[in-house]
Amino acid sequence: MIKVLHPGFYSSIQDLGRRDYQHLGVPISGAMDQHALKSANAILGNDENCAVLEITMLGPKLEFCCDTVITISGADLQPILNGIKIRLFSANNVKTGDVLSFGRLSKGFRAYLAVSKGFQTEEVLGSKSMYKGLTTTSQLQKGDLIKLIRTSHINNKYAHVKFDGNIDVDIIVVYKGPEFEHLNDKQINQLFGQEFTISKENNRMAYQLDELITNSLNEIITSLVMPGTIQLTPLGKLIILMRDCQTTGGYPRILQLSEYSINVLAQKKVGDKIKFKLEDYQL
Amino acid sequence: MNEFELQYKPFGKYSILIEWPQVISEDVLKSVLSYKQALENFEFKQKVYIKSAYNSILITYDIIINNIYDEVLTLKSVFNGGSDILKSDFRLWKIPVCYDLEFGIDLEEIAKQNNIAISGIISLHSSTIYPVYFIGFLPGFLYLGGLDNRLHFPRKITPRLKVEKGSVGIGNSQTGIYPNESPGGWNLIGKTPINFFDVTKEQPCFAKSGDKIQFVSISRVQYNEITVQVDNGSYNIESEVTND
Repeated sequence: MIKVLHPGFYSSIQDLGRRDYQHLGVPISGAMDQHALKSANAILGNDENCAVLEITMLGPKLEFCCDTVITISGADLQPILNGIKIRLFSANNVKTGDVLSFGRLSKGFRAYLAVSKGFQTEEVLGSKSMYKGLTTTSQLQKGDLIKLIRTSHINNKYAHVKFDGNIDVDIIVVYKGPEFEHLNDKQINQLFGQEFTISKENNRMAYQLDELITNSLNEIITSLVMPGTIQLTPLGKLIILMRDCQTTGGYPRILQLSEYSINVLAQKKVGDKIKFKLEDYQL
Repeated sequence: MNEFELQYKPFGKYSILIEWPQVISEDVLKSVLSYKQALENFEFKQKVYIKSAYNSILITYDIIINNIYDEVLTLKSVFNGGSDILKSDFRLWKIPVCYDLEFGIDLEEIAKQNNIAISGIISLHSSTIYPVYFIGFLPGFLYLGGLDNRLHFPRKITPRLKVEKGSVGIGNSQTGIYPNESPGGWNLIGKTPINFFDVTKEQPCFAKSGDKIQFVSISRVQYNEITVQVDNGSYNIESEVTND
């Protein structure tokens, strides 16, 4: 078990999400940066779908109630184990009574704490990913106890491998969305000729951007969307849907992020700049 | 049944979107559902996820689509070669709704603006049979068609921060049930004790696209009685097979 001494800003258990219930309106959810989730699990020799703790912006303070092996991937929140800084992407032996805390956010936005064999928390509809209304809680609270399987063996195989991060990338690769053809040249120039700033309206459901696009498109009859879909609102706002997004929406879907770029965007915070790059392919 | 011209569009590297003409109609719904049924019965080489809306189907593959032309040809052959006839295992569900003013907090406003008695609103709302087009927005939220023109009413300019689970509302030309507590801009006319999404069930939502819904007006006392039965698991929603 892990005891939550302090929950941090927003920490939640996530795996690769639940994909089998979208037709019932259930969001996919799952780790925002799935590259970081998979890296963390790989370092510990876990299955790639093992549940990890997604830590946003400000780290929690956690006390371990059993021996295990941990690793932290994704954003650099300067993790500290018993007062000593530990490296990202390294496997660390942890003993009963050890305390993990975090310093200041220095790079990225979301860090992932993985434990050997994954967190053994409540599974709902085939996934441990927390989502409000589906799982009992949607984020860690002070005093929570998180179940895990006791392990003392350290698997050193990957301990010093450098994992390629996506934290410094600011190019977001996009494909044409279903309503892209309705855009005019001016709108296309606006989309690809300037930088965009991450708005303060950013969370697990969607990221909004500060800069507006001239909009002349009508709303569409409610249709299907998915993580990575960029919607254009009547006021000209760009909304990039993320892992907890609804399954349907009524705004024109002008672009679609590549899977890799969803992970890149997941590490961005308010004020960060991005640029779109269109990857074209024909049907 | 191929009277509609369909469009196939790549949507990211993992998905294909099939689109029908931009109209909401039961004919389009039937065509969408026949195609969906054919896809669900087809043995794809890899795992796929299929969801539908008013006039579209989205197929998402587990691995990157290598050759979009081949995949679209496969999809087309599934529909042309397959079951154009929609197999009718659809149900009409009778949903009890208490239209008491305690729950129908916007009934008086709608009555005043639309110049119709509250009893008239209730009888119009509960006499229509509504087709379920699809489920979206929230887990277990049914998109229903067929709301009587006289009940159309604009959404609230400022949405309520909290709408209770089970609330029945009207937003423009749509009516629906909030399956869970959520913020919401629809005008509330009643409340149902029925659970539209239950994660402990193998089928978390009893209804599906193509089913039909009818609301049955119940008293405040009946509302309490059914709530108790729903809570202890003894309530069975009345339903019948529907063939049209």
